[in-house]
Amino acid sequence: MSAFAGLGDVLKPKSFAGLFGAAPSIALATLGLTIAANGKMYAATEARSMVAGALVFFLYASLCSWLMLRRKLKAMPVTISALAIWLVCSISIWFLVLR
Amino acid sequence: MKVSANFSALRKTKWYEYAVRFLLGGSVTVVAGLLAKYYGPVFGGLFLAFPAIFPASATLVDKHEREKKQRAGIKQTTRGRQVAGVEAAGAALGSLGLATFAYVIWKLLPVWNVAGVFIVAVAAWLCVSVSLWWLRKKHWRRPSK
Repeated sequence: MSAFAGLGDVLKPKSFAGLFGAAPSIALATLGLTIAANGKMYAATEARSMVAGALVFFLYASLCSWLMLRRKLKAMPVTISALAIWLVCSISIWFLVLR
Repeated sequence: MKVSANFSALRKTKWYEYAVRFLLGGSVTVVAGLLAKYYGPVFGGLFLAFPAIFPASATLVDKHEREKKQRAGIKQTTRGRQVAGVEAAGAALGSLGLATFAYVIWKLLPVWNVAGVFIVAVAAWLCVSVSLWWLRKKHWRRPSK
């Protein structure tokens, strides 16, 4: 996680560095532990839901970018409050499609 | 536009700024594991793509850019917000790479060895993310005002 964060800090241009803001750092750590504890099929099931979570991440990051660049809002309130939208969208997809 | 690395930026980032991101990422790893344990892997899996580190990264970028301008004697600046916004646009493209990473894991993990699947999945994330960034740079032009 720190390695991906460090890459995001040193790389230029910042639009390229931003790619590392969506690096699979949490997934690599969690899926490795999950495979060891519960097996490959369990981890594959988690990865299926992760596809949906990542698509909602696209909406989240696009919204954050639009709010900061077009609506001229500050980074901290935008990125933290938009997490609620990620949660609502992800749980809705789980409720309507995945479960 | 050429991609480059400015390693002096590492010195500007304080140790606790890395620690915050590490703690946030670690906390979400634990929470995702607990949610999977209590509500099953279908629900817990969603949180593998939770944007845990991104708010801290964007806030730090905003802060560093504002500090840079203030050191240059510019008190009022929108530079931090603009750079954070551009970084968020990059993260949006990276999230499509993240979806590809998850798709590769979902489809290949049941039939391949673990190390091979992880290598292919990380390579797929990097290829898709960088290709989308390159395509956007090449073909997207800001509309003239």
